[in-house]
Amino acid sequence: MMNSRRTLTGAQGNNGSYKWLGIALVRALIVILCVMTAVFFLIRIVPGDPAKMILGEYSTPEALKNMHHTLGLDLPLWEQFIRFMKTLFTQGDTGNSIIMGTSARELIMQRAPVTLLLILIACVLAIITALLLATAAATHKDKLLDHLIRIFPAITLGMPIFWVGILLILLFSVRLGWFPVGGVGEGFTGTLRSLALPAITVAFSQIPTLVRSLRAQMLEVLESDFVVTLRASGIPSRVILFKHVLRNSALPTLMLLGVNISYLIGGTLVVEQVFGIKGIGSLLFTSISNRDFPVIQGIALYCALSVVIISLLIEIISWWLDPRTKGKQ
Amino acid sequence: MSTEPVLEVESLTLAAKSKEILVNNISFSLARGESLGLVGESGSGKSLTLRAILGLLPRGVEQTGGAVRSKVSSAMVFQDPRGALDPLCPVVKQLAEVVYYRQQVSRRAARTIALELLERLGLPDSLRKKDRYPSQLSGGQCQRVVIALALACKPGILLCDEPTTALDVTVQRQIIDTITSLQHELGFAMVFVTHNLAIAANLCSRLYVMKQGQIVEHGETLSLLQHPADPYTQMLIDSVLPLPELELEGSRQ
Amino acid sequence: MTTTTPDIQLPEGKKQVNGLRRIWNTPSLLIGIIMFAVLILLALFIPYLSPYHPTEQNLSAFLQPPSSTHWLGTDQLGRDLFTRLIYAARTDLTIMVLAEIIPFCTGVLLGMLSGYYGKWTDRIIALITDTFIAFPFYLIVIIVAFASGAGERGIYITFILVGWIVFARVVRGLSASFREQEWVASAQTLGLPGSRIILRHLLPNVLPQAVVVLMTDMVGLLVAIVTLGYLGIGIAPPTPDWGTMISDGQPFITTAWWLSAVPGFAVVYTGIALSLLGDGLADIWRKK
Repeated sequence: MMNSRRTLTGAQGNNGSYKWLGIALVRALIVILCVMTAVFFLIRIVPGDPAKMILGEYSTPEALKNMHHTLGLDLPLWEQFIRFMKTLFTQGDTGNSIIMGTSARELIMQRAPVTLLLILIACVLAIITALLLATAAATHKDKLLDHLIRIFPAITLGMPIFWVGILLILLFSVRLGWFPVGGVGEGFTGTLRSLALPAITVAFSQIPTLVRSLRAQMLEVLESDFVVTLRASGIPSRVILFKHVLRNSALPTLMLLGVNISYLIGGTLVVEQVFGIKGIGSLLFTSISNRDFPVIQGIALYCALSVVIISLLIEIISWWLDPRTKGKQ
Repeated sequence: MSTEPVLEVESLTLAAKSKEILVNNISFSLARGESLGLVGESGSGKSLTLRAILGLLPRGVEQTGGAVRSKVSSAMVFQDPRGALDPLCPVVKQLAEVVYYRQQVSRRAARTIALELLERLGLPDSLRKKDRYPSQLSGGQCQRVVIALALACKPGILLCDEPTTALDVTVQRQIIDTITSLQHELGFAMVFVTHNLAIAANLCSRLYVMKQGQIVEHGETLSLLQHPADPYTQMLIDSVLPLPELELEGSRQ
Repeated sequence: MTTTTPDIQLPEGKKQVNGLRRIWNTPSLLIGIIMFAVLILLALFIPYLSPYHPTEQNLSAFLQPPSSTHWLGTDQLGRDLFTRLIYAARTDLTIMVLAEIIPFCTGVLLGMLSGYYGKWTDRIIALITDTFIAFPFYLIVIIVAFASGAGERGIYITFILVGWIVFARVVRGLSASFREQEWVASAQTLGLPGSRIILRHLLPNVLPQAVVVLMTDMVGLLVAIVTLGYLGIGIAPPTPDWGTMISDGQPFITTAWWLSAVPGFAVVYTGIALSLLGDGLADIWRKK
């Protein structure tokens, strides 16, 4: 499902005027409202009684009734919805953890930094590697190097991200001993060292898509008239490549990263599990085994909100950076 | 007109990777300061010939025979002026960059020269104060910038690939006038590619008519237009629309 | 410069594929078919090919390295890895195909409606799509699969919920450009009903590309099934599944690394086969 979804939703950002910005903001707001509603219904549309799941198959009717009351499930649906939205808007929360008793939001915020750091490192790694590979492929079009780089996405498409993580552990931690096998190390260097492999794993899942699009983009730019103009004007090809071609290919790639941010976050949650990192991913799995619904809802909510907000920011940044959107003076 | 040629194209043949021949065995030569017109419908190989002279064939096209000999440098003006400029780079910066690499001066001097060039081409002073991107200029203004880029290379030959086709009719005239006056001033030779016979006849002393990659006819502009030997040339001449009043009179008989 | 060239172009109308010669001339399709056929044949005939049973334990022969009796060695319970690998292909591939049917149909249908009618239908479907897409795919899969109960049922429900979006997006774009064609407008003014235009003319136009997308999407779905298995909320043991096999092997990574590595290669193999099939089909439909 990874690659086929990469439609550039933000491609309309080029047709100018601040009206676009307004439309984008309103759209994001509507999506955010829908996301909140979806989180509410998420555990209600799937078959099964949440209370029964929390208490187990063989719970007494009495206990079930109590649990329904604790969760507010005995109220009519619309009232449940209003209560949910009220907590959401007043406290930015999805309720208290059934196990810990503390606010779901606080639990998530405690775990968020390490996950965010991991995503950030992975993004930087993915962008740098993708730029290098795509440049190499585009400038050596139809040569061996290009073919190798082009086969790469077809092979990696079917690679489960957790399996890549296991292989990396096998190679770099077990065999070569360069990195710790799991967990997060102490201090700044310790943290970075232990996050290196997980970040590479997450980046690995993004690189093929990025390379494929960036390569196509660069080939298109390399063929455009302005590159011919610059070449004919005697500007060294290295200057053309790094100053003009890369810049022109970078914007669409940035947009693509915005569209893919959702996969990046999802992949990170799974990768955390492989490397035993105590981030949002491990919180999700503990909450799942504890059947801690408010926390699960909270994670879903905050992940989706980050996706909407990050994609919006990326759209705005690309729009801002692109002089074509500014129109005539 | 028969001085020593600045450009000689000798039985040039270009083919696609699929072995399809796109330009077949064409030859012509160009004298110093001369203007030569290549006319023909789109897809007849005119633009490819220019790219071959420039030495920058598009991907997938190869020179399979013949030779292009030239003692002077050439520069090109494109059909779509916006496409010929980097959309993410201010125009002054682009021009200054070319001056910097081509004329071996300091960055600061390059910018000064660039601004002088733009002024000479009649671009507004506002370019000096604020960075302007190609998308913020009109088509005609962009084409002037492209011409400035070409001139910054101090070319012996200016290659023009339908430089007016993408522009408004009123602007077309201005661009043509700019090119001719610059040619008088700087004395470069010119290969002018167009499908517009009227423009070619005004600008060029000799015309080469191309069809499907081959030259079907060539000669001095006037004699070629008055006595076309090839039916295709005749067709091109007939396709130039007369003014409507004349047409109306003609239909009334 | 602002648009990326699409990998696949809209086929210009319905064409008859003239059989084997076409396939022969498209190497990617040929290789894809062969690779996939090998897998299917192995999966079908494994009971006759292997003397071992996929769930039968043999504790006296656990964690054996590859040998002539056990081609890929045995796992921690002494089960033959190769036999389990192929039985797992049965499980995973069956679920993969079955779970795609409903999402494919709804996705294509909604995409056509959204693209063809535009306006409000389109806006609502676009909004639903945007909302679903905001949720990281694995997050939603994990939550729904868990909430609807581990096992196959959870996988089916999850994909009915989220799987259609991919197809809806692709088909929507195609349908919108189809609507722009002149003859469609003239057919509409002549009073041809929308349902007829959609089923008779639009569907044959969008189907080839939707099938190409289906091939890549199946790879994603397979990876998701395997991931759920790995996380312990997918197919329940002892039914063989590549995901659980990888997670079962992980504790023995230092001594018997192949236990985790080999099932992953099986997923990658299937992925390559399906990608090649998709590429090949796209090639065939792109050629006139």
